[in-house]
Amino acid sequence: MTKYLVDKFLYTVDRSPELVERYREDPAGTVAWWEAEQANLILNCHRGECSTWLAFTEPERRALAGHDYVALFELGAHPFLTLTLFIALFERDYAEPLAFQREYAARLSHWSLPYPDIAT
Amino acid sequence: MATVAAVIASTHHPFYLRASTATGQDRPPFADEWVAKVEAFRQTLTRARPDVLVMVGSDHFHQLWLDNMPQFLIGKAPFYDANFYNEEREFGLPRMLLTGHEELSGYLLRRGLDAGFDLAFSNELRIDHSITCPIITLRPEADLPIVPVYTNIFAPPLPQPGRFVQLGQAIRRLIEEWPSDQRVAIIGTGHLSLELGGPRQFGPHGPDPEFDRKAVDWIASANLKSALAEVSLDSLWRPGNATHGFMDFLLMMGVAGENVPADYADSLDLFHTMEAYFTWYPNGVDAR
Repeated sequence: MTKYLVDKFLYTVDRSPELVERYREDPAGTVAWWEAEQANLILNCHRGECSTWLAFTEPERRALAGHDYVALFELGAHPFLTLTLFIALFERDYAEPLAFQREYAARLSHWSLPYPDIAT
Repeated sequence: MATVAAVIASTHHPFYLRASTATGQDRPPFADEWVAKVEAFRQTLTRARPDVLVMVGSDHFHQLWLDNMPQFLIGKAPFYDANFYNEEREFGLPRMLLTGHEELSGYLLRRGLDAGFDLAFSNELRIDHSITCPIITLRPEADLPIVPVYTNIFAPPLPQPGRFVQLGQAIRRLIEEWPSDQRVAIIGTGHLSLELGGPRQFGPHGPDPEFDRKAVDWIASANLKSALAEVSLDSLWRPGNATHGFMDFLLMMGVAGENVPADYADSLDLFHTMEAYFTWYPNGVDAR
């Protein structure tokens, strides 16, 4: 489990308007590019100083590439990060206000407490 | 010494600005009641005639990130830019620029460290809706200098609930000892029961109305004993997976003082989460 890296993907994509659109249009390609080029950038450090060891597990890669927010919840991704980004990705496709958010809840309705651990 | 002119605790609902300014078919049916309650709440700060605002909130993964996560942080800067692209996108919040009160920030950092709180600091902090929401609701002119205090209610491992109370008690004491003639309002925002990114989100009420009822009673009476007896880091998952934001209310109960009843308490049951508003006047307030 590399929950930290999944959270880092959600966080960095969510804060870039360009990446939000790129991830919406080409999820698998964006995940592959991000893992190869961005995953090891240390965000609060000098540019050019990188980590060397960060990579997704296959279930994490698949969940991100599939826009699968149920799987991300089950993998322990931080639910605030997932929700915020996925609202940006898909709310626009629903006519009614909050319809996407309610569908999101319904698709997680098989879950009861305790939820998956989100500690990183 | 400085005067604690008001202690204010509230929820922060990022949809308030959009709901309160919407017109015609876009205006939600609850908007008028919400605006009336917020405007009444705003008066409780106005009446206190503050010179400076100490603002307690929590960064929502905006500037503070998991590679370098402080538990408690005080901003010390002459200015604070505010709100982020994703808050503009999702909530329609405007970009803002607030003035800082560096002297009070420096004082709280020094004296807080000396009192046993290993506070982090930031000299370049962009603040988010946990602090700008109460500016919008309580002081929309955004004309007073602020001292932002951030807590980690978001990224486990979190400090224990009792630690939030202790920090609140320390902030109150330190401000009362601040050698200044300024009138300080201490304002903090948190959550009642709240679910984000889980199966109980965006329901017709908050995810746990029973918790909300109890929490409002605890806050209004600053009943720390009952609150701390029932609330733990583990228990706070039960009312909703984002309910650890209640610990900012615990901090503010520490500021207000144990068992000191609020001079003003109000709430509003909304979709998704309940709103709640509390004001204490430790030194009284001018009659109006």
